[in-house]
Amino acid sequence: MPFRANAGRTTYVFADLKDLLAKASPPRSGDQLAGIAAATMEESVAARMALADLPLKAILAEPLIPYEADEVTRLILDSHDIGAFAAAAHLTVGGFRDWLLSEVATTEALAALAPGITPEMAAAVSKLMRNQDLILAARKCEVITRFRNTIGRKGTMAVRLQPNHPTDDAAGIAASIVDGLMYGAGDATIGINPASDSLPVIGDLLKLIDAIIHRHQIPTQGCILTHVTSSIQLIERGAPVDLVFQSVAGTEKANAAFGISLSVLKEGLDAARSLKRGTVGDNVMYFETGQGSALSAEAHHDIDQQTLEARAYAVARAFKPLLVNTVVGFIGPEYLYDGKQIIRAGLEDHFCGKLMGVPLGCDVCYTNHAEADQDDMDTLLTCLAAAGVSYIMGVPGADDVMLNYQSTSFHDALYVREAFGLKRAPEFEDWLRCMGITDETGRLRPPDPGHRLIAAE
Amino acid sequence: MAQPPDRNPADPWLHLAATTPARIALGRAGGSLPTREVLRFALAHAQARDAVHADFDSAKLAEMLRDEGLVVAEAASRAADRAAYLRRPDWGRDLSEASRTALTMDGAGGELVVVVADGLSATAVEAHAVPLVRALRPHLDRARIPLTTAVVATGARVALGDAIGQALGARAVLVLIGERPGLSSPDSLGAYLTFDPRPGRMDSERNCVSNIRPEGLPVAAAAFKLAWLTSEAFRRRLTGVALKDESAALRTESENTALPLHG
Repeated sequence: MPFRANAGRTTYVFADLKDLLAKASPPRSGDQLAGIAAATMEESVAARMALADLPLKAILAEPLIPYEADEVTRLILDSHDIGAFAAAAHLTVGGFRDWLLSEVATTEALAALAPGITPEMAAAVSKLMRNQDLILAARKCEVITRFRNTIGRKGTMAVRLQPNHPTDDAAGIAASIVDGLMYGAGDATIGINPASDSLPVIGDLLKLIDAIIHRHQIPTQGCILTHVTSSIQLIERGAPVDLVFQSVAGTEKANAAFGISLSVLKEGLDAARSLKRGTVGDNVMYFETGQGSALSAEAHHDIDQQTLEARAYAVARAFKPLLVNTVVGFIGPEYLYDGKQIIRAGLEDHFCGKLMGVPLGCDVCYTNHAEADQDDMDTLLTCLAAAGVSYIMGVPGADDVMLNYQSTSFHDALYVREAFGLKRAPEFEDWLRCMGITDETGRLRPPDPGHRLIAAE
Repeated sequence: MAQPPDRNPADPWLHLAATTPARIALGRAGGSLPTREVLRFALAHAQARDAVHADFDSAKLAEMLRDEGLVVAEAASRAADRAAYLRRPDWGRDLSEASRTALTMDGAGGELVVVVADGLSATAVEAHAVPLVRALRPHLDRARIPLTTAVVATGARVALGDAIGQALGARAVLVLIGERPGLSSPDSLGAYLTFDPRPGRMDSERNCVSNIRPEGLPVAAAAFKLAWLTSEAFRRRLTGVALKDESAALRTESENTALPLHG
């Protein structure tokens, strides 16, 4: 069904819902590359005006990819909770924005609504929201997940300790783990991106993390960010797998390019849960996403990259993950050109995920060919901390020497803790205090040269 | 007046830093980075950014390759400037009309064509491409694979080599291209070998040797690997996932240079 809107002296016509969503999307290079972006700024605002008047129900009625052609579409529609949706079923997209910002939209109301929100609804309303709206609405959402600690409570923010090494050297990785722990990071997970895809190498890395966690009784979980099918094989061989990782995207075809399907993810979930390694919960999945992944796999069906990103959260949501991470600036300037686009995308992703009830963290990051720098990352990090982000990355000195990009550092995490009074996962906060790493207020104590974490390596 | 004491000493686990190029044990000012580390990071980022935007002197490179005894042509992609290059990967994979015509008319070519391409780091290409070609030739000579032609390509993605290879009727194309600069590696060169090059080839149909730089994979070791891959590619008439790099088994002790990744 075509949509129309008048702006200035022009009547704009949008062919269908996906055309309307694409043209209403704030500017980004990936949509321009795909040839689906608005031609002018006026056209983009006209699209937003038409979108604002669209009933949320109309979004349910017009799947962006045919039901028969795409299992992610089937998942979204088949798992939609009509009862939960009832609270917002009378609203237009514009009215939904107003509702989200009102006092009526409490933390409890948002949690109850989440199963009724499809990714297309979340994406649609986000396109009408300014950055401050994305922060304020996300801040009201609380998504709590558990494995060996509790992530997502209001007033807390966790950190993934990311101790990557260009050759997976065990001593080098252990050194970065010590560095992170001594800086009070690692409650989200100690998660390694391996350089190798060899199963024996990955098995050794799993044992390395497992040994450190057990030796020091750390209330956290380990993860090797390898393909889900590798993790399943490692579980079958008896490897100590806490979390199963996988990159996911918002269409069946893009997931196929990652070598996965919903049924493979279900196998991963079942395999990890069978080990019963969690102590306070069984959220065992760790997913990564990022705007532009579907287009780069030529699997975007002419849908804008931000809407597709929200659809990836619907995939994640089905597997009750501990952590979902938008790796926002990693993909490069052909998808997110500069600091402004990266900041906007990070806030959209976090808002959409939280609105859908998904534990969104963000890899606040950029590559050296993007028009961005540390100041842009500081801005996004500060905005996300204000928005209540579940967790961020902790990379030594913000420089990932294996993946060759810049993320956030252990120091960056300390900055937002200081600026916003954010605590760690409570079990991990207690452990740090018992280990003498932090004081009663959660601040780092002067490092003890003879500390057992240092001596052990 | 006495020097003020350094209020931000490195952390007491500094000795662990010898095991990794990662930036560990940096010390802190409150919870934040000490000034020296803020500046060290800023310098590394500046060098990486400069590498991305460095002017690519294709004429000079062409001259240097001619001095190596090669027939050299120049070519450009459809990405006319750096901004277009960064935004439009599709343009970077496609020859400009002028270059397509010129290369087709040229009549040069041969079995193996080397494409020297700016990619994301002209710095890397200018530093390592010619030494790599020089190191490669004795190995190729021994394998009786003639290398006579090189093309210097501007605004190039890896897949531009497919279009160049096709225009020149090459059996295989070796693209030497500046890799995306890392913070600690602004001059890293990548090499991509594609048998039977033509537009539409997938990345899984190429073999890649990456991180070619003194602190990564040194030129001599890279040349050995690439010569082995090229020779196998000609023998088996393919490149890509079906061709696994088994060159390490053949390396002598002296060639088997350790790969010190500590920056």
